[in-house]
Amino acid sequence: MISLAGRDILHAWGKFVFTGVGLGLLIGVTLSMAGIYRGMVDDAEVLLDNSGADLWAVQKDTLGPYAEPSTLADDLYRGILTLPGVARAANVTYLTMQVRPVAPNQAASNQTSDPAGDEAARERRAMIVGVVPGGFGEPGQPPFLVAGRHLTRGHYEAVADVTTGFRLGEQVRIRRNLYTIVGLTRRAVSSGGDPMVYIPLKDAQEAQFLKDNDAIIAQRRRTAANPVFNRPGQPEVLDAVLAAQTQSSSVNAILVRLEPGADADEVAADIRRWKHLTVYTRAEMNEILQAKLIATSARQIFMFLVILSVVSAAIVAFIIYTLTLGKIREIAVLKLIGTRNRTIAGMILQQAVGLGVIGFVVGKTVATLWAPIFPKYVLLLPGDAARGFLVVVIICVLASLVAIRAALRVDPAEAIGG
Amino acid sequence: MNLPKPSLRVVFLLAVLVPLIGAFLWLALTSGPLAPVPVTLTTVEMRPVTPTLFGVGTVEARYTYRIGPTYAGRVRRVEVQVGDRVEAGQLLGEMDPVDLDDRVAAADAALRRAESGVVAAHAQVGDAQARRDFAGAQVARYEQLLLSRTASEDTAEAKRQEAQVAEAGLALAVANLESAEQDLVRVRAEREALVQQRANLRLIAPVDALVVSRDAEPGSTVVAGQSVVEVIDPSHLWIDVRFDQLGAGALRADLGARIALRSLPLDTLPGEVLRIEPRSDAVTEEFRAKIAFSTLPEPLPEPLPRLGELAEVTVALEPLEPAPALPNAALHRRDGQLGVWVLDDGGPRFAAVETGARDLEGWVQIRDGLASGDRVILHSRVPLRPGRRVEIVERIPGLPR
Repeated sequence: MISLAGRDILHAWGKFVFTGVGLGLLIGVTLSMAGIYRGMVDDAEVLLDNSGADLWAVQKDTLGPYAEPSTLADDLYRGILTLPGVARAANVTYLTMQVRPVAPNQAASNQTSDPAGDEAARERRAMIVGVVPGGFGEPGQPPFLVAGRHLTRGHYEAVADVTTGFRLGEQVRIRRNLYTIVGLTRRAVSSGGDPMVYIPLKDAQEAQFLKDNDAIIAQRRRTAANPVFNRPGQPEVLDAVLAAQTQSSSVNAILVRLEPGADADEVAADIRRWKHLTVYTRAEMNEILQAKLIATSARQIFMFLVILSVVSAAIVAFIIYTLTLGKIREIAVLKLIGTRNRTIAGMILQQAVGLGVIGFVVGKTVATLWAPIFPKYVLLLPGDAARGFLVVVIICVLASLVAIRAALRVDPAEAIGG
Repeated sequence: MNLPKPSLRVVFLLAVLVPLIGAFLWLALTSGPLAPVPVTLTTVEMRPVTPTLFGVGTVEARYTYRIGPTYAGRVRRVEVQVGDRVEAGQLLGEMDPVDLDDRVAAADAALRRAESGVVAAHAQVGDAQARRDFAGAQVARYEQLLLSRTASEDTAEAKRQEAQVAEAGLALAVANLESAEQDLVRVRAEREALVQQRANLRLIAPVDALVVSRDAEPGSTVVAGQSVVEVIDPSHLWIDVRFDQLGAGALRADLGARIALRSLPLDTLPGEVLRIEPRSDAVTEEFRAKIAFSTLPEPLPEPLPRLGELAEVTVALEPLEPAPALPNAALHRRDGQLGVWVLDDGGPRFAAVETGARDLEGWVQIRDGLASGDRVILHSRVPLRPGRRVEIVERIPGLPR
């Protein structure tokens, strides 16, 4: 038996294919939008994964360290380490700021000058993560590397996410110090999608809590001008006060990893009760990130995704419907020559589903191709693709049903009539 | 049948659809969960790991002299400027003596007066001696006259009494002389004390030194012990350096060190660990140590390492015996267990290892779990899990060149 649908497609294959490609681009946009939404949620999740923590101990009554600022003394982790059920505890600091690479000649002279064009162009917004160096696999450390090595020195080394564009061996300036990139990792991002740069904890504390040089000097002058601190006859008081002003022994959070089998809620309750800190478990932290930190922007994208899906579905339906109605004359001829209704219905259905399949294949392909070009992460889940395929096919079937209904009601006389 | 026409159409249709399907399948297999993970491999090497410590410190002077007055006063003059080289014994400055010079002048006068007093007392002694000698002679003469009965007993008695008075007068004169001499000693000592005090107001360099700060200008008042000029011994500079306690257990005195000053980050100076402070910093969890520049050339280099300059110090500990070692990027922690990903036929498999010493270049000794020559996964594009399809590459794709 000759496939009526195949014959018809062959008859106007250009029209058919280009309609399919057009549909496909529309489906591709929808799939990309879903990917953008998934990527956003995944950024938040990967932040938690990368931290490698089971519990986050933060400043009391804050939603830190990601959603709110949180400051803790950097020796509190020792007390947490002694609690039963705690395997590891590590200090960590987070600070989002601009980081830019330094040209080698400038690194040698070590001068702060206006960045040349290249460096200015390669400046990146990054989240600076301060971790305890040397302890690979400790909480807070990058979980895997794509090049180079982990931090080993206690100062002036950095491991960066590849999306920063920094190269191995390159020097970057963070506040007043230069850091050598010794390792590269992937998918280490903040909840906002900024790539992470890992530096040793003590440097990070300095970067975060130490003021810039001008501010320090101004502060020294202010203190020296204050007669309470600069007492005649007691010159040592001023030195002591100045030394006290430049202390930086704070961190943003303590990442806690539990012993296998330890109950997270129990340990969290212990820390809350005895250490007077606020503690979040993985589930709670996820809730904070999803429901509080990225809630509005994620919902924004999600709303747009829903609207786009509805509009795409409508357009797909209309295209199939109009495509069928465009052939109403031919269908009338078919009816006139006595073709059975089932055959006509089958032809329309097959064409619609074929169009849908082509559209989906094109859509999935282009979405995959252009996903890496997006500045932020686009996560195309196979589940989403499968769901998308199902939805496309269902819409095609529904649209073709409407078209079939119109086609079967056509009067064969139309074929010969005017 | 007009076969050629439809078949041409079929060819056109297939020419569009087949590449499309091909691209779709290719993308599905190369990106997404079905795609193999690009990984790079490394080999466990027998190599001597030289554990190295990295610390940051500041250049400091081993000997700092804060030169100032021993009691409160006003600065009269300061003879040196910051950066001057001074020699031992050189005058750096002077405090205002206020009335001390006048008191020395008064003491001088008192001294001369006391000296005159001694001369006067000597004269008195001579006078008294003359009187006594004369009175003694008179007594002897009248004794003879008495024997010849040419003088009365009364007269002789009177002469004897005169002689006794003259004797007493001599004793008095001698005592006066003694007193005057003691007075002279006292006055001389007092003057000496004032001169000493006056000298104490002069600020003298204790050693050959470099002036690093001039803390008070002439006319300003300083308290006892406050420094007017601070000098250091420039031939004894060291670095007060801090090493993270993590892994610094093998730090010993006399180990060699490389010092990179922040002003000259590309040059390194040789040094050695002078001592490790018995008291480490409990707050920052760091050991403190002193690193001496092993050879400061003579004459001293210009510019000198500046005091307070940041210095990065790398100390190489004793090299260990060659042992299996891996770059640290190959190590991962999974379910609380440290290990590496080994490539089997069925994909990556996590193998627990026991690690030993580490060095600053990222090499980690493997004590147990792997042998030299074993191939393990170094880098991977995404986190691995057992059985995941992998593809061995030279370099993870997508890295910035």
